[in-house]
Amino acid sequence: MSDIKVKTAPVQGVNGGSASHLLEIENLHVEFRTRDGVAKVINGVSYHVDAGETLAVLGESGSGKSVTAQTIMGILDTPPGFVTGGSIRFRGKDLLTMGKDERRLVRGEGIAMVFQDALSALNPVFTVGFQIAELFRKRRGMSRADGYKRATELLDLVKIPAAKARLRDFPHQFSGGMRQRVMIAMALALDPEVLIADEPTTALDVTVQAQIMDLLAEIRRDRNMGMILITHDLGVVADVADRIAVMYAGRIVEQADVHNLYGKPCHPYTLALLDSLPRLDLKGQELNTIKGLPPNLLRVPSGCAFHPRCQMARDICSTQRPALIELGGVRSSACHFAEELYGRE
Amino acid sequence: MGRYALRRLLQAIPVFIGTTFLIWFLVWGLPGDPFAGRCGERQCPPAYVQFMTDKFGLDDPLPVQYLNYLTNLLRGEFGQTFNGTEIGDLLAQAFPVSIKLALVAVAAEALIGITAGVLTGLRRGSFIDNLVLVSTLVLIATPIFVIGLVARYSLGLASVSPEAPLVELIIPGLILGSGSLAYITRLTRVNLVENRRADYVRTAVAKGLAPSRVTGVHLLRNSMIPVVTWLGLDLGSLMGGAIVTEGIFNIRGIGGLLFDSINRRQSGVVVSIVAILVLVYLIVNLIVDLLYGVLDPRIRYE
Repeated sequence: MSDIKVKTAPVQGVNGGSASHLLEIENLHVEFRTRDGVAKVINGVSYHVDAGETLAVLGESGSGKSVTAQTIMGILDTPPGFVTGGSIRFRGKDLLTMGKDERRLVRGEGIAMVFQDALSALNPVFTVGFQIAELFRKRRGMSRADGYKRATELLDLVKIPAAKARLRDFPHQFSGGMRQRVMIAMALALDPEVLIADEPTTALDVTVQAQIMDLLAEIRRDRNMGMILITHDLGVVADVADRIAVMYAGRIVEQADVHNLYGKPCHPYTLALLDSLPRLDLKGQELNTIKGLPPNLLRVPSGCAFHPRCQMARDICSTQRPALIELGGVRSSACHFAEELYGRE
Repeated sequence: MGRYALRRLLQAIPVFIGTTFLIWFLVWGLPGDPFAGRCGERQCPPAYVQFMTDKFGLDDPLPVQYLNYLTNLLRGEFGQTFNGTEIGDLLAQAFPVSIKLALVAVAAEALIGITAGVLTGLRRGSFIDNLVLVSTLVLIATPIFVIGLVARYSLGLASVSPEAPLVELIIPGLILGSGSLAYITRLTRVNLVENRRADYVRTAVAKGLAPSRVTGVHLLRNSMIPVVTWLGLDLGSLMGGAIVTEGIFNIRGIGGLLFDSINRRQSGVVVSIVAILVLVYLIVNLIVDLLYGVLDPRIRYE
């Protein structure tokens, strides 16, 4: 994929040693081999995250944002999913080439994940205490009593009332918000350096969403973790993210820090996304939408995958795929008219 | 849960009365004479028939006979057969044998069935998987008397001795449990395959737990819920004896006794066996239902 320009060239040490970033995904390719054909769900995605910063990965369903996260965690369902290229370096070591056991130990301790739907992500037949204490017992060799003690502390940390008593409860006995807090507590147990939150608030109602996002932001700050926040909610992103990567059809189409992206989107897709947000000053008017549907990954449109839905599309868009180019050295966009958009007032 | 159990036990009373009453009627509804052939070649003398009829109250209306029987049963008396043998003694001999046989069968089902199910569930599409799928299909499709007879004569097994020691019951138990064993295998396999992609299994992997723990604890615990239920119910139904298997191996269990008693119109024996079986069923069902709640905490008893 020579047309993908990597935004930040990785600084490689001797023998593939330390890289410049805590977690760095480079030119990742993943495909799903299904009965109907091969779907290329990730096509050369590169991004990185450092300690103490939040990278938001934004995109519609099927854009590949969650699959990227699953690939980082090593929980991609294989088959049908196969990694066909690229690297995922955590503290300079490639997770994709390291041994199974070594990689297993990175999970939870190096990189942990908060899943979208805590009700199905937690095991229904074990108590919450068991599921959290299990991490301390199996990964830290602690006794049962110590494990439960640490689990209580964690539930306190994520502000679950009556933490000690609730350890004996099963996941279904918690409310949605409390359950997501349990999920977060579990992810934090082994003090990970990077936390991946895969749509952590999608299954919750709006008031609870804000609480959970605040909690995540607070913990990230306190622990100086790197965080990858995967979401399709632009509102959520604006408050907590430092940088944003926008994905479409398995590629990053725009990457910038949060102010630049919201201030001056340089990709028609980002533009359209921001345009479709409800606005107070336009109350009562019909909401803008992006026409059409996200592409079927078995039949991605030629050229720029977004061109059938793009308002700026011209002839070149259906024949030639735009490369991800740097703009002003701080951001990047994959559009034939990126310079034009960047140059506008 | 306590209230639920109590209510279920109370519900058991009408069920128990209803089933035993029905059986009582059905047994007497069968054509035939309990005293036919009792006196060898000759017809029984009228005085004898009169004596026996009085002794067993056979001229009373059926509901009265049934009530008499039930009151005796509540006092713990099963009554006598027409030969004067205590029915209680017959049951005390036959039931332990059948229970032993049932336990052997269920143990085999659990041990072999679950192991085979786990092996195939984890390696779907492999050679072992296909082999097990085909052989379980054959087991399910073959009638038990075919399996039993083929096994007995190809292995050259002797009849099981009257005391029915456990060792001699192993092969009959395996045969008795073979059909259920095949079901257990498939049930385990299909549940494992289904749950393997469950989100909570993925979470367990993401926690960095060893594969053995992910499978052995998180996956298996969830997949065992329907399997344990099936095993429990199967134990209940196997306690009722196995007419065919007991027949093939000459095991003196409850199945054979029931079959004999029906043929000889020994209504007291038939109803007594059925009464006990109904009780066993009701209790096993209750235990399985309660167990279900223990295995799956999401189930609540109101």
